Amino acid sequence: MAISQFTYSRLPAEAEALRAEVRAFIQKTLADYPVTLRAQSWMGFDAEFSKKLGAKGWVGMALPKAYGGAEAGPFARYVIIEELLAAGAPVSAHWIADRQSGPLINRFGTDAQKQHYLPAICRGESYFCIGMSEPNSGSDLASIKSNAVRDGDSWVLNGQKVWTTNAHHSNYMIALVRTGEKQAARHDGMSQFIVDLSLPGITIRPIRDLAGGEHFNEVFFDNVRVPADALIGSEGKGWDQVTAELAFERSGPERFLSCMALLKTLIDAVGKTPDALQSREIGRLSAKLLTLRNMSLSVTAQLAAGEHPAWAASCVKDLGNVFEQELPEVAQLLLETDPRQEGGSEYARVLAYLTQMAPSFSLRGGTREILRGIIARGLGLR
Amino acid sequence: MRELFDATIERLFTDLATPAYVLGCEGGEWPAELWAAIDDSGFTFAGVSEALGGAEASWADMYGMVRAAGRFTVPAPLGEALLGNWLLSQAGLEGRAGSLSVAVNTVLVLEADRVSGIAHAVPWGRNVDAIVAVASTLSGAPSVVLLQRNTASEVTLALNVAGEPRDDLSFTDAQVLAQAPLPAGLDARVLELGGAMLRAAQTAGALHALLDMTANYARERQQFGKAIGSFQAIQQQLAVFAEQAAAAGIAAEAAFAESTDGLAGLTIAAAKVSTGEAASVGAGIAHSVHGAIGFTEEYPLHLLTRRLWAWRSEFGSASLWSQRLGEQICQAGSEAYWPLLTSHSQQPLTRLASNPA
Repeated sequence: MAISQFTYSRLPAEAEALRAEVRAFIQKTLADYPVTLRAQSWMGFDAEFSKKLGAKGWVGMALPKAYGGAEAGPFARYVIIEELLAAGAPVSAHWIADRQSGPLINRFGTDAQKQHYLPAICRGESYFCIGMSEPNSGSDLASIKSNAVRDGDSWVLNGQKVWTTNAHHSNYMIALVRTGEKQAARHDGMSQFIVDLSLPGITIRPIRDLAGGEHFNEVFFDNVRVPADALIGSEGKGWDQVTAELAFERSGPERFLSCMALLKTLIDAVGKTPDALQSREIGRLSAKLLTLRNMSLSVTAQLAAGEHPAWAASCVKDLGNVFEQELPEVAQLLLETDPRQEGGSEYARVLAYLTQMAPSFSLRGGTREILRGIIARGLGLR
Repeated sequence: MRELFDATIERLFTDLATPAYVLGCEGGEWPAELWAAIDDSGFTFAGVSEALGGAEASWADMYGMVRAAGRFTVPAPLGEALLGNWLLSQAGLEGRAGSLSVAVNTVLVLEADRVSGIAHAVPWGRNVDAIVAVASTLSGAPSVVLLQRNTASEVTLALNVAGEPRDDLSFTDAQVLAQAPLPAGLDARVLELGGAMLRAAQTAGALHALLDMTANYARERQQFGKAIGSFQAIQQQLAVFAEQAAAAGIAAEAAFAESTDGLAGLTIAAAKVSTGEAASVGAGIAHSVHGAIGFTEEYPLHLLTRRLWAWRSEFGSASLWSQRLGEQICQAGSEAYWPLLTSHSQQPLTRLASNPA
């Protein structure tokens, strides 16, 4: 049965050995970085910080040495990213490139494509976004309408993407578009392109979120001409390629650490002599966090072994999102502190921010209902 | 070693621990045939050092056996015997064959070679030949003792919600069968920690069996002209159950895997919390999906769910272990929080408050 996919995997000693160094680096580099910004977690954007990480060799570190990586393996990367997330470091600039686009290009790209894109990713200088959702294609991704038509040596793109995180800060989008008609299977006829976002015909408009932040965007393609080698992987195999990415996208520590800044400020706001309810809730949440981390590490081990743990990754994301979203609620339960957008204590400001961000946790990267549908399929119910 | 244990115990339980047999043992009937098979195979000596006649298996090796005991709702103290013999061996004492349990919640005083006091809620206390406990000497130093059950001066019978014996045994100047000082590095509450670890694994096993049973039922049971499992309302509930069962499994496995040098305090605490929560969620969904048939004595669902309800509270509820964890975390403050979690396997029980406010 599917749940047997989860077996405990301890971090190897050589990965664990990196922890002290990255902790010291974060402490030094982000000494004055305020907790209210740390609360942005992996939505915090700072290109300079990404370049510093790149210089340390901590971006794209699992990629081949020939393309600027360190061939460090997924566990070493895990230690680096979980330390960054736990500290609330601003990793947004390179996040998608490091987690998803770099591994995708490495897996499906030609040697020329790898040479072209990967070294800059590893330097922390080249930023990517993922173009999937469209105005009428959210959870039903296979219904996308954006398309690319072959024209001589190039492709011409038309259509619109939406909710594209970081498009306004990115150099490239990896866009999933239609390159052929739907065949017998509705997942046929889609392809992925690496689109240079500086090309003519592209319009990017940030969409302000409910808290006034600008993270996601609308992106319009109006007869955008891209070269033939913008196609990544195989024509018509876009769906399979996207599906292969999902386990990377859904199983990492960013799926349960989004509220770390709140948990830490809550611990300090409660103080050293908690009452019974406070210690019970903080202990309960911490036990869940530890278990989520063990689940996430287990999926990492499966990915490292070349398996396809899509089912297990869905479990990590859904449970992780429920956990993250529970945190502002528990904070309200434990302390009589009004959340404050402005003024108030650091804790009150972090609480205000993350209370507003929490709904996004179970929207981005696949909704709760879609994930649970995948899990149900693994149980033989669909 | 693990594969051999797992395969052998699976066969043994499949043959002997049938639902009818398990139900027949509820209320205090000793599973003589099943225990004889366990004892003959030498399973209870798995964690005893080779020098003392055992297999010197690690807790990681023994995880599958304890988990299987949960999956098959085994009506016998297999986990308790493994823990008792492991502790005897750690203290340099010989393992004990025959039926063996542990006394976790005790007030026992050891004077010379005699023990007085009370051991609460001893699993199968009325049935077993011997029990392992930690007693205090007059100087206050903890000592591992092996007591013969029939030296108890009084036995007060009790059953948990699954009809498993949890009896109080009183001792008045009872002569010990063996004793040795508790080894340095083990906490005086080592058996409570070990007990919590056992129940976490049994819970994970029972949840796995319960999920299988419930998913199978949802695939077979027809209403409105189709399998109820084809309805999204049922699918979404079972997905939540599966997530919880998966979380319970990995939390329990981590506790055993990290108990390499003594018992991994923080990892076990987290396992008891995670499995306890999963037990509550899983049992609720299993009954909801099964409907009225699951509420009958005839249908074996309750063999699993009543044990989940019993085991989640034994050797410390999720609430108690959460509170212990929370007090330690708040004491340490936010700067120490992440380092504490990432080094969970090295955080001993002594750092966890024994009696939270």
